[in-house]
Amino acid sequence: MAAIEVGKEPASIDVKSLLARQGIFIAFVLFMIGFGIFSDKFLSPENLLTVLRQSAIIGVMAVGVTVVVLSGNLDLSVGSMLSFGTVMVVDLHDKLGATPAIGIMLIAVLVLGAVNGFLIGFLKLNSLIVTLGMLSAIQGLTLIYSGGKNVDVADQETTWFAIFGRGDILGVATPIVIFAVLAVIMHIVMSRTPYGRRIYAVGGNATAAVFSGIRRNRVVFSTYLISAFCTGIAAIILGSRVMGSQNNVGQGYELLVLAGVILGGTSLLGGSGNILKTVLGVLILGFIQNGLLLLGFPYFAQWIVTWVVIILAVWLDVAAKRGRLLSPIA
Amino acid sequence: MSDIAAQKKPNVALNWIIRNPIWVFVAIIFIFFSFASEYFFDAQNMKNLLVQTSTIGLIALGMTLVMINGNIDLSVGATLALAASLAVSIMGWPMFDSWGNWQMLPAVAAGLLSGIVLGAVNGFIVWKTGVDAFIVTLGAMLGVRGLVFVYTEEQSFYAANFAYSDFGSSSIGPVPTLALLFILCAVAAHILLSRTVHGRNTYAVGGNREAAVNAGIRVGPNMVINFMIVGFFAALAGITLSTQMGASTPNLGRDYELWTITAVVLGGTKLTGGAGNIIGTFGGVLAIGILRNGMNLMQVPAFYVLVILGVILIAVLYLDKQLNRKGEEELRL
Repeated sequence: MAAIEVGKEPASIDVKSLLARQGIFIAFVLFMIGFGIFSDKFLSPENLLTVLRQSAIIGVMAVGVTVVVLSGNLDLSVGSMLSFGTVMVVDLHDKLGATPAIGIMLIAVLVLGAVNGFLIGFLKLNSLIVTLGMLSAIQGLTLIYSGGKNVDVADQETTWFAIFGRGDILGVATPIVIFAVLAVIMHIVMSRTPYGRRIYAVGGNATAAVFSGIRRNRVVFSTYLISAFCTGIAAIILGSRVMGSQNNVGQGYELLVLAGVILGGTSLLGGSGNILKTVLGVLILGFIQNGLLLLGFPYFAQWIVTWVVIILAVWLDVAAKRGRLLSPIA
Repeated sequence: MSDIAAQKKPNVALNWIIRNPIWVFVAIIFIFFSFASEYFFDAQNMKNLLVQTSTIGLIALGMTLVMINGNIDLSVGATLALAASLAVSIMGWPMFDSWGNWQMLPAVAAGLLSGIVLGAVNGFIVWKTGVDAFIVTLGAMLGVRGLVFVYTEEQSFYAANFAYSDFGSSSIGPVPTLALLFILCAVAAHILLSRTVHGRNTYAVGGNREAAVNAGIRVGPNMVINFMIVGFFAALAGITLSTQMGASTPNLGRDYELWTITAVVLGGTKLTGGAGNIIGTFGGVLAIGILRNGMNLMQVPAFYVLVILGVILIAVLYLDKQLNRKGEEELRL
């Protein structure tokens, strides 16, 4: 299925390689200018901050999923995991207090991530199917945990738990700060540390990585812990913002998150892409939604536009790498 | 000679079981629920079971072809919703008022056509752009769902003609019409896959795309046709589902892509393509249906069914890997 892909990029800087490398950034700028022309509210600072805040939850999850995808695997269980984490942290908040609730929830989510990581890293099972099964299983666990009832926080005004979703740090909404800090840390880890290089190596060519002495099993295992941890953080933001949770709150998030990752240009085959591009991909999704709403389109029109944008973005990427627009397959 | 014949006989049966372990599982849970619940082994319940499984089952037939091709289709749930919404709403158009029961004809035709067209669009994009089917249909899943919401303006529709919902609850002899429809479609899909040139090409394209090209198989059109088939089956499932309810909602079919893929994988079709068959898929669909139905009858909360299904999916994957071990460094998606 690997679209006939040639890994070598031309050394000279021509339009093609520029498009291949920075296509997503160019698209981003074009989008901003385009919406900015048609709507005067779009580029206002308040609006930009609103989009950033709304994108933060998907963005935080996408940072973790990018790490998994870079190592050559998929994680479809993050949506269910978000439901699970949000229900758990909100439910425990009133029973135990905010700090223990956050701690216990993060541990529980990490355990789920470890199950993913064990099955995919050590038993070497197919990640798509394992996380599909976990998607279903975690959805069930959430319902068993809550008994099918919605949960909410009783004293919404006084608890300090509100800071994660509703508060701000130095005038910037906390979700944005968390998203930015997490993205920067993970970007540094992925681009400047031996650990990050190992992930790229495993995703690029698992066999070669193993022969180079990289313990593939452990690396893959750890990526699922990172993905689960990021989802746990997203659950804290979501729980704090809503101060309550339905059992299916995260349903469908896995695919929106993946859409952001793909839009950023990270290859589903692994080994190519990076965190900052994912951030751009997620922001483009957010700005499409916001811009279309400002222009007066119905809410769901954004999904139709997203459809076209995803395919165009990936097509451009694939076409630039293979050096011709259309696939040579007969 | 006779020695070889004697040796081969049990091997055939054993090989069949190893290739289709899901049927062993189906037999086990069937027997288990027959003893565990007094309501399970009952003619009426068997009819219900077949009707319940027919929706996922129809989509799974098409999904099997696409997955043997080495592709995947995540947009089937949205396609199902679009076909159901189109069929139910077009039936109520004033221009067809005077048509009597014939007003269902353009409605159903439009629903089925929408599925075929969406499948063709997906297939054509996969063929011409060379973008992975996972990405193309992930986009389509969002986009088509958007189309459904924009078209329906987030409203549910109710069937104008009662004959439409009567069809959903009708029977031909002792067998419910929808169950019969599913079985006929399964037979047709099986014949298409195992007895025709198109079927053989489908395996060839999924097994080794380069070899298929060298053998002169038109890979692109083969994939497009299979995407059109899955689109058709998803649309048909949408229409049969809406006849059961006499209505359509824009959220219809959400998560069905995941259930369908689960059923097909349980049935032994490989994600990498080139292997799988309709008999296995039929078993996979039945396994999910029996589990849901049986645990429902035993009054196990629906929550546990989700956990058990997830665990079974992973367990089957693990067993399959143990049984069909090929090599440690097998490449994956």
